Amino acid sequence: MTATATAADSTGSTWGARRPLLLLAGLVALATVMVASVGVGAHFIGPATALHALSGSGDPNDVALVRDIRLPRGALAIGVGAALAVSGVLVQVLSRNPLGEPGVLGVTSGAGFAISVGSGLGLTVNALGELLAAVVGAVAAAALVAAVGRRSPLRMLLAGMALSSVLTGLTLGMRLISPTVFDKYRFWSIGSLAGREQAPNTMPLLVIAVAVAAALLLSRQLAAVALGEAVAHTLGVNVTRVRLVTLVLITALAGAATAIAGPILFVGLIVPHLVRRAADGSVPWLIGFAAVLGPVLLLAADTAARVLLTTGEVPVAIVTAFLGGPALIWAVRRYGVAQP
Amino acid sequence: MSATGTALVLRRGRFSALVERRTLVFTAVMLVLLLALGLTALCYGDGWTSPARVFAALSGQRGGPNVMIREWQLPRVLAAVVFGAALGTAGAVFQNVTRNPLGSPDVIGLDAGAYTGALVAITVLSGTPARLTAGSVLGGLVAAALVYLLAMRGGVSGLRLIVIGIAVNAMLTAVNSWIVLRAELEVAIAAVGWSAGSLNGLGWEQVRIPFCVIAVLLAALVTRAPALHQAALGTEVAVGTGVRTESLQVQLVVIGVGCTATVTAAAGPIVFVALAAPQIGRRLARTSGIGLLPAALTGAVLLQSADLIAQLLLSPVSLPVGVVTTAIGGCYLIWLLSKEVRSG
Repeated sequence: MTATATAADSTGSTWGARRPLLLLAGLVALATVMVASVGVGAHFIGPATALHALSGSGDPNDVALVRDIRLPRGALAIGVGAALAVSGVLVQVLSRNPLGEPGVLGVTSGAGFAISVGSGLGLTVNALGELLAAVVGAVAAAALVAAVGRRSPLRMLLAGMALSSVLTGLTLGMRLISPTVFDKYRFWSIGSLAGREQAPNTMPLLVIAVAVAAALLLSRQLAAVALGEAVAHTLGVNVTRVRLVTLVLITALAGAATAIAGPILFVGLIVPHLVRRAADGSVPWLIGFAAVLGPVLLLAADTAARVLLTTGEVPVAIVTAFLGGPALIWAVRRYGVAQP
Repeated sequence: MSATGTALVLRRGRFSALVERRTLVFTAVMLVLLLALGLTALCYGDGWTSPARVFAALSGQRGGPNVMIREWQLPRVLAAVVFGAALGTAGAVFQNVTRNPLGSPDVIGLDAGAYTGALVAITVLSGTPARLTAGSVLGGLVAAALVYLLAMRGGVSGLRLIVIGIAVNAMLTAVNSWIVLRAELEVAIAAVGWSAGSLNGLGWEQVRIPFCVIAVLLAALVTRAPALHQAALGTEVAVGTGVRTESLQVQLVVIGVGCTATVTAAAGPIVFVALAAPQIGRRLARTSGIGLLPAALTGAVLLQSADLIAQLLLSPVSLPVGVVTTAIGGCYLIWLLSKEVRSG
């Protein structure tokens, strides 16, 4: 531990100076993946053709494909990736626990429970119903956990774990009793962007954009809170208010992402670990990097998901796990687990 | 509630032990509770039998219902108690090693690995019970070994072990949900039913070997308990008092993984007991660290009451016990936490 700490000190300054360059590199990577994501699929479209199609000229099939399917889906991946990564950073900084992820607030299990109840009652027949059920479940669960655990991070983690398991148990019971619920749930629970671009997603995407901006604005105060309550008070930060606002932001981000794509929350755990080294202890940079790397990861996974199997699409959550899992193992072995 | 002045000193010749009065009371209460729950579970079989009848059956009287009690209810009740204690202890061991309340065998991929093994056994091979058991044990052990080897880098840091465990867990879970998604609906439901964990249909033949294994593992753990408590004080203190922390860590992980894998092989992955029992036990016994005994007792009570509820809730249909462990364990944690919030 001490060895890694001194290593971080000695290299700290160089990492700090590199941060703008790294952010630029991240944006370039994002643009590259976006172009690939528009081009790659069952029908290949070159970058030049894609640009023409975007402006409305060229083959009408290409225009429809780019404008109505590939581009909205790319936007969804960017939004969901940014939401998950930023909410992961917020959870980890707030709880001072490197194992925190948006799921600890009960978002996933809440949404899953609501979807199961909805399909058991026959309410989630269309995409809008499913979206609404997921939002209501996620927000209700997160609000409950946040209310119980607003004072202490440990209590928040435990409350989240507890509520998650209660809801997971109930969902499991419902699934085992009703095959209809089971079938619905197993498709939702895997997490995918396929076909989700047809759902009314403008509202969740707007929520994500506002919340990411708010997280960046809040980041300095959050960094003060992360140093401890006494330090934060000395710096003139209202600890209770910052905690509360952060919890609201986490709920909004994770809830919106889960509503759009189902549980792909693993992104929220990996990305903060991958960018921590580059951010070099600065919370604003941590949030900035996460907001770029999250979309890169999810967009790359979504593009790969389309072409990996010739027989059909692999759900994006599976590709994410296999892209992000090894990356996380590598980062942890290389740099260790630093406290956020 | 002051902690000082409530400790009792037990002496016998050269040996002495300092026991908190609260711990003694807690142990006694938990044991009584466990006996009461066990007796209730013995009384409930095809219908209700009187406790007098149960005692007669246990003392060896012949006759139809007595055989039922001895051959069907008794192994199930003992399984609930022993498996619960084993899971609770395994959770306490992992939370001590990793020094994190999120550390538990299911978090580091053991359950997911066992599930993968079982899924392969059910879907690819023809899922006979023996193959299912072999598949789940093999899957769980391979996952645990993989996580441990990946986390090793000049000794194992607890946090690194958990994060790598979560990564492996996520990949295995992805594989599992992929298999469930592609399987026929009936096969998928059967697989998920197994994954919930259930004590249904356990007889003497199924529990004899797990009981022996768990007894050996727990005995091995008891001899290492003093070193474990030293290690919980911090690596520096532990090394200073003569504990070889690295070899201790390996032994503890092997014991924890062994307990969980044995239970999983017999009853499927019963989640949440290992995660919650140490935390609930710590709050009930008001110990400062995570004790092994409170965790074991709490685990046994938790699993026994969960199994009773699972049988009664929708009777005559018997739910998988895992459904109930998650639900009641979680409710209890929430209640404890809300109590703490109220008291400030």
